[in-house]
Amino acid sequence: MEQPNLSYIKQLAGGDTAFEDKFITILKDEFPGEKKEYEKALQEKRLHDTALIVHKLKHKLNILGLEQGYGIAVDYEERLRRGNSDLSGAFREILETIEKYLKTI
Amino acid sequence: MTCIIIDDEAAARAIVSQLCAKTPELDVIEEFSNAIDAIKFLNQQNIDLVFLDIHMPGFTGIDFVQTLKNPPMVVLTTSDTNFAIEAYEYEAIVDYLVKPITPERFAKSIQKVKNSLTAQPVQGADTASSGVGNELYINIDRRLIKLKFEDILFIEAKGDYIDVKTTKEDYRVHNTLKKIKEKLPAELFLQIHRSYIINFTKIIDIEDNSVLIEKNVIPISRSNRPELMRRLNLL
Repeated sequence: MEQPNLSYIKQLAGGDTAFEDKFITILKDEFPGEKKEYEKALQEKRLHDTALIVHKLKHKLNILGLEQGYGIAVDYEERLRRGNSDLSGAFREILETIEKYLKTI
Repeated sequence: MTCIIIDDEAAARAIVSQLCAKTPELDVIEEFSNAIDAIKFLNQQNIDLVFLDIHMPGFTGIDFVQTLKNPPMVVLTTSDTNFAIEAYEYEAIVDYLVKPITPERFAKSIQKVKNSLTAQPVQGADTASSGVGNELYINIDRRLIKLKFEDILFIEAKGDYIDVKTTKEDYRVHNTLKKIKEKLPAELFLQIHRSYIINFTKIIDIEDNSVLIEKNVIPISRSNRPELMRRLNLL
């Protein structure tokens, strides 16, 4: 499975390690809440709300260099808007991969 | 250039903030996680530029732009391009950045903003004569198009717009007949009706209460008729 990386963040920081640290802290703070919010919306079958959270989460997939994951998220968001949550399993795996990765940095 | 950042995602705000920090001419005054707080702020303080996320819960970036009477320049930020066409319908929206924003793309966007600022004195009027040649510049979709006076056939008022008919093309400009009249040389142009200014040299014939210019029949109002008749080289 594709693994997250910090290439984009490093490109953005341009050697500014204070920014890198600050940004990683923001990701670590923000991601768990969004994941929890996503799971709750999905569990309650509020698929439109779920799509909105996936929309927000997919930016983080991009930030972490998960190109395939981003493709899945785009497709999943579209399907959710049409009332279809078939890709929830694949998306959960991506979120879990990010969750594990954030614990290592 | 003062700016604010509006995005419900903290990571997205941090990215734009970092990009702004690396751009000496930008000064980030405030960041907002929702549009409502930003609107309250903008009602009290003037800002040059807003970085605005389109997708925000309950209130989209487009809603935001529509709400403000005199919005500052806006650069939209988004994770998809579905809104792009709609976005460019608003004059305040200068550019559209797709996330994740790269430093190179951000720099291009700021250049667009600067270009837009430089063009603003002209944009305010939407028309300007160069003062040196025999031409007039009109602002169409942020592009300044040069029109030679000799190519203009006539100008028609259409509500908040004017239609400028030329020998080559027709242009619709957000402006008034009164303003464009000030930019046109009086020896060539004449207002013959409250909705029409004509290029005097383009008249083919005059019949009763109308003039013919190319295939266009243009009405002459009773109050403007004496001035038109006075200027004709009648035999």
